[in-house]
Amino acid sequence: MAAITRDDVAHLARLAHLEMSNEELDRMAGELAVIVDSVKSVSEAAGADVPATSHPIPLNNVFREDVVGHVLTVEQALSGAPDAAENRFKVPAILDEE
Amino acid sequence: MSVDEILDYDSAFEKYEPVLGFEVHVELNTKTKMFSSAPNAFGDDPNTNVNEVDLGLPGVLPVVNKAAVESSIKIGLALNCQIAETCRFARKNYFYPDTPKNFQTSQYDEPIAFDGHLDIELEDGEVFRVEIERAHMEEDAGKLTHMGGAAGRIQGADYSLVDYNRAGVPLVEIVTKPIVGAGKRAPELAKAYVAAVREIVKNLGVSDARMERGNVRCDANVSLKPIGQEKFGTRSETKNVNSLRAVEHAVRFEIQRHAAVLEAGEKVVQETRHWHEDTRTTTSGRPKSDADDYRYFPEPDLVPVVASREWVEELRATLPEPPAERRKRLKAAWAYSDLEFRDVVNAGVMDLIEETVAAGLKPAAARKWWMGEVVGRAKAAEVEPGELGITPAVLVEVAALVDGGKINNKMASQVLDGVLAGEGTPEEIVAARGLAVVSDDGPLLEAIDAALAAQPDVAEKIRGGKVQAIGAIVGGVMKATRGQADAGRVRELILEKLGVEG
Repeated sequence: MAAITRDDVAHLARLAHLEMSNEELDRMAGELAVIVDSVKSVSEAAGADVPATSHPIPLNNVFREDVVGHVLTVEQALSGAPDAAENRFKVPAILDEE
Repeated sequence: MSVDEILDYDSAFEKYEPVLGFEVHVELNTKTKMFSSAPNAFGDDPNTNVNEVDLGLPGVLPVVNKAAVESSIKIGLALNCQIAETCRFARKNYFYPDTPKNFQTSQYDEPIAFDGHLDIELEDGEVFRVEIERAHMEEDAGKLTHMGGAAGRIQGADYSLVDYNRAGVPLVEIVTKPIVGAGKRAPELAKAYVAAVREIVKNLGVSDARMERGNVRCDANVSLKPIGQEKFGTRSETKNVNSLRAVEHAVRFEIQRHAAVLEAGEKVVQETRHWHEDTRTTTSGRPKSDADDYRYFPEPDLVPVVASREWVEELRATLPEPPAERRKRLKAAWAYSDLEFRDVVNAGVMDLIEETVAAGLKPAAARKWWMGEVVGRAKAAEVEPGELGITPAVLVEVAALVDGGKINNKMASQVLDGVLAGEGTPEEIVAARGLAVVSDDGPLLEAIDAALAAQPDVAEKIRGGKVQAIGAIVGGVMKATRGQADAGRVRELILEKLGVEG
């Protein structure tokens, strides 16, 4: 069983901006350990000759030509914003960072 | 806010040597963004160059801009890097309002270019090799404006406004390996390195490379270690040092600050620092902490980029001559002295002289015209010499008028004034302003007689063999003809008149 501590989960929750109760942290520690073990068993099944996969379909170089396409109007762009001013998204003051 | 102690610069090097590292972000000048077809344009109205991909709306699918990949490969090649046969994009997860998706699409363990180097020539010709760790593709973030509080500073702001026009603009981040051994020249090397990267991407045509617009941005890492010690000290990372001069000053300041901390027996804190151009100092930003736990993982919406060797070689074949090699070649071809060439480069007229030489002027003459007539006017007008309005073709024409004896140098200067005033071509201006050199000897001979009569003692000296005294007579003639005489011809005529061998 992978060792996922409550602190690990609390740390992840903080990074993901999730608020979790003590009870949820305990439960998630157990569930995440099962998930990590499952991934580990899949890793063991793949031999050294199997390259790491990040996409289920073996495609590469899906490109777009550098040609300007559509844009949204300012009204459309801001339509989902909780708040806006001066044609820009308005967000709360950011205190803790640059 | 506490003011940091700093140690005298030279004293810092008695015990310590600096280790540098740079992350330079280059904005590509593609027509569209990295993962969306919205325009990549500077200075437009807020949120007018965005579509659903740039805003990170649910269910959208990014698609990689092929031109941006090609530009990235070119940058990698110009930095003497290996180009990855295959590489992936990754999500860098963090919450900040300039990134609407809550992750930045970047590259993590598979950069498109790696293991390169750049030879940096310092002003006195010493060459310093900077090793390049990697160059990877990513996207820029939006622009935040802090409102309320004091002067747009984040401290005390009431709220912030976000413009996502810049979100998704293609970026290439170039990361050096630790740079050891620069010693006291570290600040100078820092400036020269960033200048070289800027010059390369500009020369490749892949970026507008305007630092004042943020096209090229530098994060500077500095640490000190006791001389002789292998292990590096703790580093600080000064963010967004966005002019060449600021790069030099920031590295210098951080060396002095670290030295003072170490001398006081304290430990350098690993943290980001903010550069302040007004005071030329840095202040503490946030400490490096779990805020930097970005939980990178492969971007599931994008497939790998495979750079076939054929494709890479095709791109390599399109690379222009590297700027440093080009300078060396031109300096030799033009036979300029070190000083002459440096002045030409610093004045920003090297390319213009190249065009002028190609248009037919001799290199020495081309230098004389640009440095003597254009650079000063451009400086006065506060524009680049090339933007002033005097073209290589104009200078070739004016030089031909002078060489042909139609006008003299003083008139040439007036002709250039005329060109800048929009009075037409040099020929037209000569005609319109009546600037032809007096070539009919009749009026000249009259003026010479008058000048000789006015200065009989000088005339006597010349007769007696003191030919160098002739300047006073020539000057008198030029004055009488209001500068319209050909001074060379005047001299000949005076000597002829006085029966003296020149």
